[in-house]
Amino acid sequence: MITKDYIITAAEGMHARPATNLVKLTKNYSSQISLKKGDRTVKLSSLLNILSLGIKGGETISIIIDGEDETSAIIAIDAFFEEELKHL
Amino acid sequence: MMNGIGVSPGIAIGKAHLLKKQEAALTGVILLTDADIISETNKFNNAVSLSVTEVETMISNYDQSQGKEGLEILETHIELLTDPQISEDVIEKISKEKKNANDALIEVIADAVQLFKNMDDEYLSARAADVQDIGNRLLRNLNASNQTYTPLYETDTIIIAEDLTPSDTISMDITHIVGFATQVGGRTSHAAIIARSRGIPAVVGCSITLRDIKDGDLLILDGQSGDIIINPAQEIIEQYRVKRENWLKQTYLLRSLKDTPATTTDGVNINLLANIGDANDMEQAIGFGAEGSGLLRTELLFMGRDALPGEDEQFEFYKIVALKAKGQPVIVRTLDIGGDKQLPYFNFPAEQNPFLGYRAIRICLDRPDIFIVQLKAILRASAFGQLKIMFPMISNIQEVRAAKTILQQAKDELTRTDITFDKNIPVGIMIEIPSAAITADLLAKEVDFFSIGTNDLCQYTLAVDRMNEQIKNLYDPYNPGVLRLIAYVIEQGHKNNIEVGMCGELASDPKATLLLLGMGLTEFSMSATAIPEIKNIIINSSLTAAKQIYRRVMEMDSSALITAYLQEATL
Repeated sequence: MITKDYIITAAEGMHARPATNLVKLTKNYSSQISLKKGDRTVKLSSLLNILSLGIKGGETISIIIDGEDETSAIIAIDAFFEEELKHL
Repeated sequence: MMNGIGVSPGIAIGKAHLLKKQEAALTGVILLTDADIISETNKFNNAVSLSVTEVETMISNYDQSQGKEGLEILETHIELLTDPQISEDVIEKISKEKKNANDALIEVIADAVQLFKNMDDEYLSARAADVQDIGNRLLRNLNASNQTYTPLYETDTIIIAEDLTPSDTISMDITHIVGFATQVGGRTSHAAIIARSRGIPAVVGCSITLRDIKDGDLLILDGQSGDIIINPAQEIIEQYRVKRENWLKQTYLLRSLKDTPATTTDGVNINLLANIGDANDMEQAIGFGAEGSGLLRTELLFMGRDALPGEDEQFEFYKIVALKAKGQPVIVRTLDIGGDKQLPYFNFPAEQNPFLGYRAIRICLDRPDIFIVQLKAILRASAFGQLKIMFPMISNIQEVRAAKTILQQAKDELTRTDITFDKNIPVGIMIEIPSAAITADLLAKEVDFFSIGTNDLCQYTLAVDRMNEQIKNLYDPYNPGVLRLIAYVIEQGHKNNIEVGMCGELASDPKATLLLLGMGLTEFSMSATAIPEIKNIIINSSLTAAKQIYRRVMEMDSSALITAYLQEATL
């Protein structure tokens, strides 16, 4: 299992557009991928659940990945938070 | 006349068409057998695949020239339609609570919509409309009898509705629909975002007063101010027709030039920046093609309140602006109060000549306790974007040094507490007092950039109060004296290898563009809406021609001659 924290650098927070792309991205992996904010954890496969967390710019979230392809999944998710979420 | 929130600028003149909403109803049916449960689950799954196919068709037919926002919203809708949480909840209601697919779906969607509506974030609460939108689509496909039909509208129709879903707005036929107004909604509703990207003037949040409009009423709708005029008089219509023409011309320029760099025909790159007051302005400015901000006025943060804003509150304000600029530079002007800008909680002494008095950097140097809070907040925000600091109302080099000393103290305090910030944050000054302009050679050695504030520079150089009606014709930035000062500041900036920009009104005056270009100005900061027109001038001119214009102007001895000549040269 891999757990990693990310700070949301986009001012608007986790908007529908990046969240959609994140959900699409995680569909490429068989591992179970979840997102944790505060004491709430949701599966990354549900856009509704991600948006319902109301993630704002400057907040910290954790990504939890568990499964066979977790190492390649974390690389893709890293790249997503590094690049895409920065230049929205 | 009525008023709502103008969310998509532009003028629409046309006939009202009222859209009525069909409400979904619960049936109250209780499922009796397992076969019913299986059948209702299948109906739901079937509705999902029909809905996905519909949205996929909309995606493949999507006209990219209408902006990519609509496409992104449709992709989000695909994700929501296939959302595992929604489907899990619906199927649970069918199998455990024995509800039919229609009722289960209505309840799940209603809960999700409520969840979003309750969020304290304006953007996220507006996503309730997207959930409602996909819910309506699923319901329609569930009760497959009622097919969608696209009604045919007359030309110049203005749609009036309680609310519009994002997909209503995406599929709106803009060859006939010139604008829309809704009772509910806000700036960040998807309907508003789509209206902006498709260039449809729109007013939302008109409340229940919108019901006063009847089918066929002649309407004028101003998507900037939010005004709606019902059955206006002929002269009002004429007035708005002219406004509409200007808006169409500007939109055309904007659409064709937004992503074009401001480069002259001989390859000189010019930076076009926006003057802004807050993060919303920054966002709007990027939409007009601004490459950052040449002037963030920080007064907004200090006005309309009972006490000075603290460091954390200021930090948040600057941080959001820095993030919204998406990596482009933002010049933050430190507090410029006094003169005509008073604060209720700060005691300004009564003055004979407030414009020549206790204001801006003079207050800040006198009250370092206030100044250092602002500087620390700006420094902290510099970790989130490309910020620069600018001091206003500088009249001599000692003031610059004193301000920099306080800035150093602010940096030292942050370093001691281990807070990250841009240690090499560029520091510049406004050139708006004649003594600063004339000593530009000295000041250039002390700072990283100049920004010429033409409004005050003009008023101080000509000894003309720009608020005084009697002498307002003397207030003239084309006065040869003012022009010489500007040219000298630019020249000295270049000699000392520092950047020179302009953030006064002259930067947005199309007549002045070529002259300023000829003087060597490479950074123009103005209100965002002026950018397309100025860019259009720049990309159609050469620096060589601009230099010639500058030389000719310097031979002329009156501003009447100069403006007449520039008017002709710009055409």
